[in-house]
Amino acid sequence: MKRIVLTAAALLLLGGPALAQSAGTWGPGADDAAFAQMLKASFKDRGIAKLDRLSQDETQAFCSDPVASSGPAAAARREEIEKANLATVKWPSDGTWMGDWKEGEKIAQSGRGNTWSDKADQPNGGNCYNCHQISAEEISHGTIGPSLLGYGKTRGTSEDALKATWAKIWNAKSSNACSNMPRAGHMGILNEGQIKHLMALLLDPRSPVNK
Amino acid sequence: MDRVSMGLAAFLAAAAAAATAAYAQQKDKAQEGIEAYREALQDGNPAELFEATGEELWKTPAGPKNASLEGCDLGLGAGVVKGAYAQLPRYFKDTDKVQDLESRLLTCISTLQGKDTKPYIDSAFGTPPKEEMNALAAFLSGQAKGTPIDVTPKHPKEQAMYELGKRMFYFQGGPYDFACATCHGQEGQRIRMQDLPYIPGNTGAAAGWSSWPAYRVSAGQMWSMQWRLNDCFRQQRFPEPVYASDATIALSMYMAATASGATMKTPGIKR
Repeated sequence: MKRIVLTAAALLLLGGPALAQSAGTWGPGADDAAFAQMLKASFKDRGIAKLDRLSQDETQAFCSDPVASSGPAAAARREEIEKANLATVKWPSDGTWMGDWKEGEKIAQSGRGNTWSDKADQPNGGNCYNCHQISAEEISHGTIGPSLLGYGKTRGTSEDALKATWAKIWNAKSSNACSNMPRAGHMGILNEGQIKHLMALLLDPRSPVNK
Repeated sequence: MDRVSMGLAAFLAAAAAAATAAYAQQKDKAQEGIEAYREALQDGNPAELFEATGEELWKTPAGPKNASLEGCDLGLGAGVVKGAYAQLPRYFKDTDKVQDLESRLLTCISTLQGKDTKPYIDSAFGTPPKEEMNALAAFLSGQAKGTPIDVTPKHPKEQAMYELGKRMFYFQGGPYDFACATCHGQEGQRIRMQDLPYIPGNTGAAAGWSSWPAYRVSAGQMWSMQWRLNDCFRQQRFPEPVYASDATIALSMYMAATASGATMKTPGIKR
Protein backbone atom coordinates (compact mmCIF):
# COMPACT_ATOMS: atom_id res chain seq x y z
CA MET A 1 0.00 0.00 0.00
CA LYS A 2 1.19 3.48 -0.84
CA ARG A 3 2.81 5.17 2.11
CA ILE A 4 1.85 8.78 2.51
CA VAL A 5 3.62 11.33 4.58
CA LEU A 6 1.60 13.62 6.83
CA THR A 7 0.13 16.23 4.54
CA ALA A 8 1.42 18.94 6.80
CA ALA A 9 4.93 17.55 6.84
CA ALA A 10 4.93 17.59 3.06
CA LEU A 11 3.66 21.15 3.08
CA LEU A 12 6.39 22.18 5.47
CA LEU A 13 9.02 20.64 3.22
CA LEU A 14 7.61 22.32 0.14
CA GLY A 15 7.16 25.58 1.97
CA GLY A 16 3.82 25.92 0.24
CA PRO A 17 0.78 27.73 1.53
CA ALA A 18 -1.43 25.82 3.92
CA LEU A 19 -4.40 24.22 2.22
CA ALA A 20 -7.83 25.20 3.39
CA GLN A 21 -8.56 22.78 6.22
CA SER A 22 -11.87 22.29 7.89
CA ALA A 23 -11.65 22.84 11.64
CA GLY A 24 -12.05 19.08 12.00
CA THR A 25 -11.68 17.18 15.21
CA TRP A 26 -8.76 19.09 16.65
CA GLY A 27 -9.07 22.42 18.40
CA PRO A 28 -7.03 25.60 17.95
CA GLY A 29 -3.28 25.10 18.03
CA ALA A 30 -3.40 21.47 16.93
CA ASP A 31 -3.71 21.90 13.17
CA ASP A 32 -1.72 19.67 10.81
CA ALA A 33 1.30 21.99 10.62
CA ALA A 34 1.59 22.44 14.40
CA PHE A 35 1.15 18.74 15.00
CA ALA A 36 3.73 17.74 12.37
CA GLN A 37 6.18 20.20 13.84
CA MET A 38 5.66 18.77 17.33
CA LEU A 39 6.22 15.21 16.11
CA LYS A 40 9.39 16.20 14.27
CA ALA A 41 10.88 17.85 17.35
CA SER A 42 9.77 15.20 19.84
CA PHE A 43 11.08 11.87 18.60
CA LYS A 44 14.43 10.34 17.64
CA ASP A 45 15.71 7.12 16.11
CA ARG A 46 16.55 4.41 18.60
CA GLY A 47 17.71 0.92 17.64
CA ILE A 48 15.42 -0.55 15.03
CA ALA A 49 12.68 2.01 15.80
CA LYS A 50 13.39 4.79 13.32
CA LEU A 51 11.56 8.05 12.70
CA ASP A 52 9.99 6.70 9.51
CA ARG A 53 7.58 4.83 11.79
CA LEU A 54 5.80 8.17 12.27
CA SER A 55 5.06 8.45 8.53
CA GLN A 56 1.52 7.18 8.34
CA ASP A 57 -0.02 5.15 5.56
CA GLU A 58 -3.57 6.08 4.55
CA THR A 59 -5.16 3.60 6.95
CA GLN A 60 -3.25 4.97 9.94
CA ALA A 61 -3.96 8.57 8.93
CA PHE A 62 -7.68 7.88 8.56
CA CYS A 63 -7.96 5.94 11.82
CA SER A 64 -6.06 8.58 13.82
CA ASP A 65 -9.14 10.78 13.81
CA PRO A 66 -11.81 9.07 15.92
CA VAL A 67 -14.54 11.49 14.84
CA ALA A 68 -13.87 11.56 11.09
CA SER A 69 -13.35 7.79 10.88
CA SER A 70 -16.57 6.78 12.64
CA GLY A 71 -20.26 7.17 11.97
CA PRO A 72 -22.35 6.78 8.81
CA ALA A 73 -20.61 9.64 6.97
CA ALA A 74 -17.34 7.69 7.00
CA ALA A 75 -18.83 4.38 5.88
CA ALA A 76 -17.83 4.68 2.23
CA ARG A 77 -14.26 5.64 3.09
CA ARG A 78 -14.02 2.78 5.57
CA GLU A 79 -15.10 0.38 2.87
CA GLU A 80 -12.45 1.74 0.48
CA ILE A 81 -9.79 1.28 3.13
CA GLU A 82 -10.93 -2.27 3.80
CA LYS A 83 -10.76 -3.07 0.08
CA ALA A 84 -7.28 -1.60 -0.24
CA ASN A 85 -6.11 -3.64 2.75
CA LEU A 86 -7.73 -6.81 1.44
CA ALA A 87 -5.81 -6.34 -1.81
CA THR A 88 -2.52 -6.60 0.15
CA VAL A 89 -3.25 -10.09 1.49
CA LYS A 90 -0.80 -12.71 0.22
CA TRP A 91 -2.43 -16.12 0.21
CA PRO A 92 -0.51 -19.29 1.15
CA SER A 93 2.18 -19.88 -1.48
CA ASP A 94 1.82 -23.69 -1.45
CA GLY A 95 -1.92 -24.13 -0.97
CA THR A 96 -1.65 -25.37 2.62
CA TRP A 97 -3.36 -23.29 5.28
CA MET A 98 -2.31 -24.85 8.54
CA GLY A 99 0.94 -25.57 10.35
CA ASP A 100 1.44 -26.90 13.88
CA TRP A 101 -0.89 -25.61 16.62
CA LYS A 102 1.85 -26.15 19.25
CA GLU A 103 4.09 -23.69 17.43
CA GLY A 104 1.07 -21.43 17.06
CA GLU A 105 0.58 -21.43 20.83
CA LYS A 106 4.19 -20.27 21.34
CA ILE A 107 3.73 -17.46 18.81
CA ALA A 108 0.43 -16.44 20.43
CA GLN A 109 2.14 -16.30 23.84
CA SER A 110 5.08 -14.18 22.73
CA GLY A 111 4.78 -10.42 22.74
CA ARG A 112 8.34 -9.71 21.75
CA GLY A 113 9.58 -7.88 18.73
CA ASN A 114 9.79 -4.53 16.97
CA THR A 115 10.45 -2.29 20.01
CA TRP A 116 13.62 -0.22 20.13
CA SER A 117 15.03 -2.71 22.64
CA ASP A 118 14.50 -5.67 20.26
CA LYS A 119 16.92 -6.89 17.61
CA ALA A 120 15.78 -7.15 14.00
CA ASP A 121 17.07 -10.71 13.56
CA GLN A 122 14.95 -12.29 16.30
CA PRO A 123 11.55 -13.74 15.33
CA ASN A 124 8.62 -11.62 16.44
CA GLY A 125 5.80 -12.88 18.61
CA GLY A 126 2.15 -12.54 17.68
CA ASN A 127 1.06 -10.67 20.84
CA CYS A 128 -2.23 -12.61 20.60
CA TYR A 129 -2.84 -13.33 24.30
CA ASN A 130 -2.25 -9.68 25.12
CA CYS A 131 -5.73 -8.98 23.75
CA HIS A 132 -7.55 -12.30 23.22
CA GLN A 133 -8.66 -15.27 25.23
CA ILE A 134 -7.51 -18.23 23.12
CA SER A 135 -7.13 -21.51 25.02
CA ALA A 136 -8.89 -22.18 28.32
CA GLU A 137 -5.61 -23.12 30.03
CA GLU A 138 -4.14 -19.63 29.69
CA ILE A 139 -5.98 -17.43 32.16
CA SER A 140 -3.65 -14.46 31.69
CA HIS A 141 -5.24 -13.02 28.59
CA GLY A 142 -6.36 -9.56 27.60
CA THR A 143 -9.83 -8.40 26.61
CA ILE A 144 -9.28 -5.76 23.89
CA GLY A 145 -10.08 -8.37 21.23
CA PRO A 146 -12.92 -10.93 21.31
CA SER A 147 -12.49 -14.37 22.90
CA LEU A 148 -11.27 -16.96 20.40
CA LEU A 149 -12.11 -19.93 22.59
CA GLY A 150 -13.75 -22.59 20.40
CA TYR A 151 -12.93 -20.59 17.26
CA GLY A 152 -12.54 -23.58 14.93
CA LYS A 153 -15.36 -25.55 16.53
CA THR A 154 -17.88 -22.84 15.67
CA ARG A 155 -16.52 -21.94 12.24
CA GLY A 156 -15.25 -25.23 10.82
CA THR A 157 -12.58 -25.45 8.13
CA SER A 158 -14.48 -24.61 4.97
CA GLU A 159 -12.62 -22.66 2.28
CA ASP A 160 -14.50 -19.52 3.36
CA ALA A 161 -13.55 -19.93 7.01
CA LEU A 162 -9.91 -20.54 6.10
CA LYS A 163 -9.77 -17.51 3.84
CA ALA A 164 -11.51 -15.21 6.30
CA THR A 165 -9.18 -16.26 9.13
CA TRP A 166 -6.07 -15.93 6.98
CA ALA A 167 -7.13 -12.47 5.76
CA LYS A 168 -7.85 -11.34 9.33
CA ILE A 169 -4.40 -12.35 10.55
CA TRP A 170 -2.53 -11.16 7.46
CA ASN A 171 -4.26 -7.80 7.41
CA ALA A 172 -6.86 -7.14 10.12
CA LYS A 173 -7.92 -3.91 8.43
CA SER A 174 -9.20 -5.91 5.44
CA SER A 175 -12.50 -6.47 7.22
CA ASN A 176 -12.55 -3.64 9.79
CA ALA A 177 -10.84 -0.43 8.66
CA CYS A 178 -9.86 0.77 12.13
CA SER A 179 -9.53 -2.52 13.98
CA ASN A 180 -7.20 -2.33 16.98
CA MET A 181 -5.46 -5.46 15.70
CA PRO A 182 -2.08 -5.12 13.98
CA ARG A 183 -1.67 -6.22 10.35
CA ALA A 184 0.65 -9.14 11.05
CA GLY A 185 1.45 -10.25 7.52
CA HIS A 186 1.13 -6.92 5.75
CA MET A 187 3.48 -5.11 8.13
CA GLY A 188 6.00 -7.95 8.21
CA ILE A 189 5.43 -8.76 11.88
CA LEU A 190 4.86 -12.47 11.20
CA ASN A 191 5.90 -14.55 8.19
CA GLU A 192 3.79 -17.00 6.23
CA GLY A 193 4.99 -20.01 8.23
CA GLN A 194 4.16 -18.35 11.55
CA ILE A 195 0.70 -17.40 10.31
CA LYS A 196 0.09 -21.03 9.33
CA HIS A 197 0.92 -22.07 12.89
CA LEU A 198 -1.58 -19.52 14.23
CA MET A 199 -4.17 -20.83 11.75
CA ALA A 200 -3.65 -24.30 13.22
CA LEU A 201 -3.98 -22.97 16.77
CA LEU A 202 -7.37 -21.49 15.85
CA LEU A 203 -8.74 -24.11 13.45
CA ASP A 204 -7.09 -27.51 14.02
CA PRO A 205 -9.60 -29.77 15.83
CA ARG A 206 -6.68 -31.06 17.96
CA SER A 207 -5.82 -27.56 19.20
CA PRO A 208 -6.79 -26.80 22.82
CA VAL A 209 -8.76 -23.86 21.43
CA ASN A 210 -11.29 -26.37 20.05
CA LYS A 211 -11.41 -28.85 22.92
CA MET B 1 11.69 -3.79 51.16
CA ASP B 2 11.08 -6.94 53.19
CA ARG B 3 7.37 -6.32 53.26
CA VAL B 4 7.50 -5.94 49.52
CA SER B 5 9.19 -9.29 48.93
CA MET B 6 6.75 -10.90 51.37
CA GLY B 7 3.96 -9.39 49.33
CA LEU B 8 5.50 -10.84 46.21
CA ALA B 9 5.83 -14.27 47.83
CA ALA B 10 2.21 -14.08 48.93
CA PHE B 11 1.20 -13.17 45.42
CA LEU B 12 3.18 -16.04 43.91
CA ALA B 13 1.73 -18.44 46.46
CA ALA B 14 -1.78 -17.24 45.68
CA ALA B 15 -1.10 -17.55 41.98
CA ALA B 16 0.36 -21.07 42.43
CA ALA B 17 -2.60 -22.15 44.53
CA ALA B 18 -4.92 -20.75 41.91
CA ALA B 19 -3.24 -22.81 39.20
CA THR B 20 -4.53 -26.05 40.72
CA ALA B 21 -8.15 -24.98 40.88
CA ALA B 22 -10.83 -25.31 38.22
CA TYR B 23 -10.84 -22.76 35.45
CA ALA B 24 -13.51 -20.31 36.66
CA GLN B 25 -12.31 -20.50 40.25
CA GLN B 26 -8.76 -20.27 39.05
CA LYS B 27 -9.44 -17.01 37.34
CA ASP B 28 -11.19 -15.49 40.35
CA LYS B 29 -8.42 -16.55 42.68
CA ALA B 30 -5.70 -15.15 40.45
CA GLN B 31 -7.58 -11.89 40.31
CA GLU B 32 -7.98 -11.91 44.09
CA GLY B 33 -4.32 -12.74 44.53
CA ILE B 34 -3.33 -9.81 42.39
CA GLU B 35 -5.66 -7.49 44.28
CA ALA B 36 -4.31 -8.67 47.63
CA TYR B 37 -0.80 -8.14 46.34
CA ARG B 38 -1.60 -4.64 45.15
CA GLU B 39 -3.08 -3.82 48.55
CA ALA B 40 -0.04 -5.22 50.36
CA LEU B 41 2.16 -2.96 48.26
CA GLN B 42 0.52 0.19 49.63
CA ASP B 43 2.02 -0.63 53.02
CA GLY B 44 5.57 0.69 52.94
CA ASN B 45 6.46 2.34 49.65
CA PRO B 46 10.20 2.35 48.84
CA ALA B 47 9.52 5.60 46.95
CA GLU B 48 10.20 7.25 50.33
CA LEU B 49 13.90 6.60 49.82
CA PHE B 50 13.79 8.39 46.49
CA GLU B 51 11.83 11.26 48.02
CA ALA B 52 14.58 11.70 50.60
CA THR B 53 17.25 11.71 47.89
CA GLY B 54 15.20 14.16 45.87
CA GLU B 55 14.79 16.50 48.84
CA GLU B 56 18.54 16.54 49.32
CA LEU B 57 19.11 17.28 45.62
CA TRP B 58 16.56 20.09 45.88
CA LYS B 59 18.23 21.69 48.90
CA THR B 60 21.94 21.14 48.20
CA PRO B 61 23.85 23.85 46.32
CA ALA B 62 25.33 22.49 43.08
CA GLY B 63 26.51 23.45 39.61
CA PRO B 64 28.68 26.34 38.36
CA LYS B 65 26.49 28.81 40.26
CA ASN B 66 26.67 26.71 43.42
CA ALA B 67 22.97 27.20 44.01
CA SER B 68 20.23 24.94 45.30
CA LEU B 69 16.93 24.47 43.47
CA GLU B 70 14.98 25.97 46.35
CA GLY B 71 14.42 29.16 44.37
CA CYS B 72 12.78 27.25 41.52
CA ASP B 73 9.32 28.48 40.54
CA LEU B 74 7.10 25.48 39.83
CA GLY B 75 4.15 27.72 39.12
CA LEU B 76 3.09 28.81 42.60
CA GLY B 77 6.02 31.18 43.14
CA ALA B 78 9.74 30.75 43.75
CA GLY B 79 10.41 27.98 46.26
CA VAL B 80 6.76 26.94 46.75
CA VAL B 81 6.63 23.16 46.50
CA LYS B 82 3.46 22.32 48.44
CA GLY B 83 0.82 21.28 45.95
CA ALA B 84 2.74 22.61 42.95
CA TYR B 85 2.93 19.25 41.18
CA ALA B 86 -0.88 18.94 41.19
CA GLN B 87 -1.12 22.11 39.07
CA LEU B 88 1.32 21.05 36.35
CA PRO B 89 1.70 21.18 33.37
CA ARG B 90 1.13 24.94 33.05
CA TYR B 91 2.27 27.95 31.06
CA PHE B 92 5.38 29.78 32.34
CA LYS B 93 5.93 33.37 31.32
CA ASP B 94 9.73 33.31 31.66
CA THR B 95 10.16 30.48 29.16
CA ASP B 96 6.99 31.29 27.17
CA LYS B 97 6.29 27.56 27.22
CA VAL B 98 3.93 25.03 28.70
CA GLN B 99 6.05 22.84 30.97
CA ASP B 100 5.53 19.68 32.96
CA LEU B 101 7.44 19.07 36.19
CA GLU B 102 10.49 17.58 34.54
CA SER B 103 10.91 20.16 31.78
CA ARG B 104 10.44 22.89 34.40
CA LEU B 105 13.13 21.29 36.56
CA LEU B 106 15.49 21.36 33.56
CA THR B 107 14.84 25.10 33.28
CA CYS B 108 15.76 25.61 36.96
CA ILE B 109 18.81 23.35 36.73
CA SER B 110 19.98 25.53 33.86
CA THR B 111 19.07 29.00 35.11
CA LEU B 112 19.60 28.64 38.87
CA GLN B 113 22.48 26.17 38.97
CA GLY B 114 24.08 27.03 35.62
CA LYS B 115 24.35 23.38 34.60
CA ASP B 116 24.25 22.07 31.05
CA THR B 117 20.96 20.16 30.78
CA LYS B 118 21.99 18.06 27.76
CA PRO B 119 23.37 15.18 29.88
CA TYR B 120 20.06 15.16 31.81
CA ILE B 121 18.11 14.94 28.57
CA ASP B 122 20.33 12.42 26.76
CA SER B 123 21.27 9.97 29.54
CA ALA B 124 19.28 6.76 29.91
CA PHE B 125 16.60 6.48 32.59
CA GLY B 126 17.98 5.12 35.84
CA THR B 127 21.53 6.23 35.08
CA PRO B 128 23.35 9.41 36.14
CA PRO B 129 22.45 12.15 35.84
CA LYS B 130 18.89 11.26 34.69
CA GLU B 131 18.28 9.37 37.93
CA GLU B 132 18.40 12.71 39.73
CA MET B 133 15.27 13.70 37.82
CA ASN B 134 13.42 10.65 39.15
CA ALA B 135 14.41 11.48 42.71
CA LEU B 136 13.41 15.13 42.30
CA ALA B 137 10.10 14.09 40.72
CA ALA B 138 9.47 11.65 43.60
CA PHE B 139 10.13 14.38 46.18
CA LEU B 140 8.08 17.08 44.50
CA SER B 141 5.18 14.77 43.69
CA GLY B 142 5.12 13.77 47.37
CA GLN B 143 4.72 17.44 48.27
CA ALA B 144 1.44 17.42 46.33
CA LYS B 145 0.11 14.18 47.79
CA GLY B 146 -3.48 14.61 48.95
CA THR B 147 -4.07 17.84 47.06
CA PRO B 148 -6.58 18.02 44.19
CA ILE B 149 -5.32 17.97 40.63
CA ASP B 150 -6.04 21.46 39.35
CA VAL B 151 -5.17 21.74 35.66
CA THR B 152 -7.54 23.72 33.45
CA PRO B 153 -6.07 25.00 30.18
CA LYS B 154 -6.67 28.77 30.07
CA HIS B 155 -3.68 30.39 28.36
CA PRO B 156 -3.83 29.89 24.55
CA LYS B 157 -0.59 27.90 24.71
CA GLU B 158 -2.10 25.65 27.40
CA GLN B 159 -5.18 25.13 25.26
CA ALA B 160 -3.05 24.34 22.21
CA MET B 161 -0.96 21.89 24.27
CA TYR B 162 -4.13 20.16 25.43
CA GLU B 163 -5.41 19.82 21.85
CA LEU B 164 -2.02 18.60 20.64
CA GLY B 165 -2.00 16.03 23.43
CA LYS B 166 -5.45 14.81 22.53
CA ARG B 167 -4.40 14.48 18.89
CA MET B 168 -1.21 12.67 19.96
CA PHE B 169 -3.30 10.26 22.01
CA TYR B 170 -5.13 9.12 18.86
CA PHE B 171 -2.13 9.24 16.50
CA GLN B 172 -1.41 5.81 15.00
CA GLY B 173 1.93 4.80 13.64
CA GLY B 174 4.62 2.16 13.51
CA PRO B 175 4.49 -1.45 12.37
CA TYR B 176 1.58 -2.30 14.74
CA ASP B 177 -0.63 0.74 13.92
CA PHE B 178 -0.74 1.49 17.63
CA ALA B 179 -1.89 4.74 19.20
CA CYS B 180 -2.23 5.42 22.93
CA ALA B 181 -5.95 4.99 22.21
CA THR B 182 -5.48 1.39 21.04
CA CYS B 183 -5.10 0.29 24.66
CA HIS B 184 -6.41 3.28 26.60
CA GLY B 185 -9.33 4.35 24.39
CA GLN B 186 -12.00 1.87 25.54
CA GLU B 187 -13.38 1.35 29.01
CA GLY B 188 -12.81 -1.75 31.11
CA GLN B 189 -10.18 -3.51 29.01
CA ARG B 190 -7.06 -5.46 29.95
CA ILE B 191 -3.71 -6.39 28.43
CA ARG B 192 -3.12 -9.88 29.81
CA MET B 193 -4.20 -9.39 33.48
CA GLN B 194 -3.28 -5.71 33.57
CA ASP B 195 -6.24 -3.33 33.81
CA LEU B 196 -5.97 -0.43 31.38
CA PRO B 197 -7.12 3.02 32.45
CA TYR B 198 -9.51 4.70 30.00
CA ILE B 199 -7.63 7.97 29.59
CA PRO B 200 -10.35 10.07 27.85
CA GLY B 201 -12.50 9.80 31.01
CA ASN B 202 -11.92 11.53 34.35
CA THR B 203 -11.69 8.30 36.39
CA GLY B 204 -9.21 6.63 34.05
CA ALA B 205 -7.11 9.73 33.50
CA ALA B 206 -6.98 10.20 37.27
CA ALA B 207 -5.99 6.57 37.84
CA GLY B 208 -2.98 7.20 35.62
CA TRP B 209 -2.09 10.80 36.31
CA SER B 210 -2.53 10.73 40.10
CA SER B 211 -0.32 7.66 40.62
CA TRP B 212 2.89 8.58 38.76
CA PRO B 213 5.75 9.01 39.63
CA ALA B 214 5.67 5.52 41.12
CA TYR B 215 7.96 2.88 42.52
CA ARG B 216 7.88 -0.24 40.34
CA VAL B 217 8.38 -3.30 42.49
CA SER B 218 9.08 -5.75 39.66
CA ALA B 219 11.84 -3.51 38.31
CA GLY B 220 13.01 -2.11 41.67
CA GLN B 221 12.96 1.34 40.07
CA MET B 222 11.44 4.72 40.68
CA TRP B 223 9.71 5.91 37.51
CA SER B 224 8.80 9.51 36.77
CA MET B 225 5.89 10.30 34.42
CA GLN B 226 8.43 10.97 31.65
CA TRP B 227 9.83 7.47 32.15
CA ARG B 228 6.31 6.01 32.18
CA LEU B 229 5.48 7.72 28.86
CA ASN B 230 8.82 6.69 27.36
CA ASP B 231 8.04 3.03 28.03
CA CYS B 232 4.51 3.40 26.63
CA PHE B 233 6.02 4.60 23.35
CA ARG B 234 8.53 1.73 23.40
CA GLN B 235 5.67 -0.77 23.66
CA GLN B 236 3.76 1.17 21.03
CA ARG B 237 6.74 0.39 18.74
CA PHE B 238 7.33 4.10 18.18
CA PRO B 239 10.74 5.76 17.90
CA GLU B 240 11.93 7.16 21.23
CA PRO B 241 10.39 10.36 22.56
CA VAL B 242 12.98 12.98 23.44
CA TYR B 243 13.03 13.56 27.22
CA ALA B 244 10.70 16.41 28.19
CA SER B 245 9.76 17.02 24.53
CA ASP B 246 6.52 18.71 23.55
CA ALA B 247 4.78 15.47 22.56
CA THR B 248 5.28 14.16 26.12
CA ILE B 249 4.20 17.47 27.67
CA ALA B 250 1.15 17.60 25.39
CA LEU B 251 0.07 14.11 26.42
CA SER B 252 0.65 15.05 30.05
CA MET B 253 -1.49 18.16 29.62
CA TYR B 254 -4.27 16.08 28.06
CA MET B 255 -4.15 13.56 30.92
CA ALA B 256 -3.78 16.08 33.75
CA ALA B 257 -6.62 18.28 32.48
CA THR B 258 -8.86 15.24 32.02
CA ALA B 259 -7.94 14.07 35.54
CA SER B 260 -8.54 17.50 37.09
CA GLY B 261 -10.44 17.40 40.37
CA ALA B 262 -9.13 14.01 41.47
CA THR B 263 -6.73 13.71 44.40
CA MET B 264 -2.98 13.32 43.86
CA LYS B 265 -1.68 10.06 45.36
CA THR B 266 1.96 10.44 44.46
CA PRO B 267 4.43 8.92 44.68
CA GLY B 268 2.58 5.73 43.81
CA ILE B 269 3.59 2.09 43.89
CA LYS B 270 3.09 -0.45 41.12
CA ARG B 271 3.69 -4.13 40.60
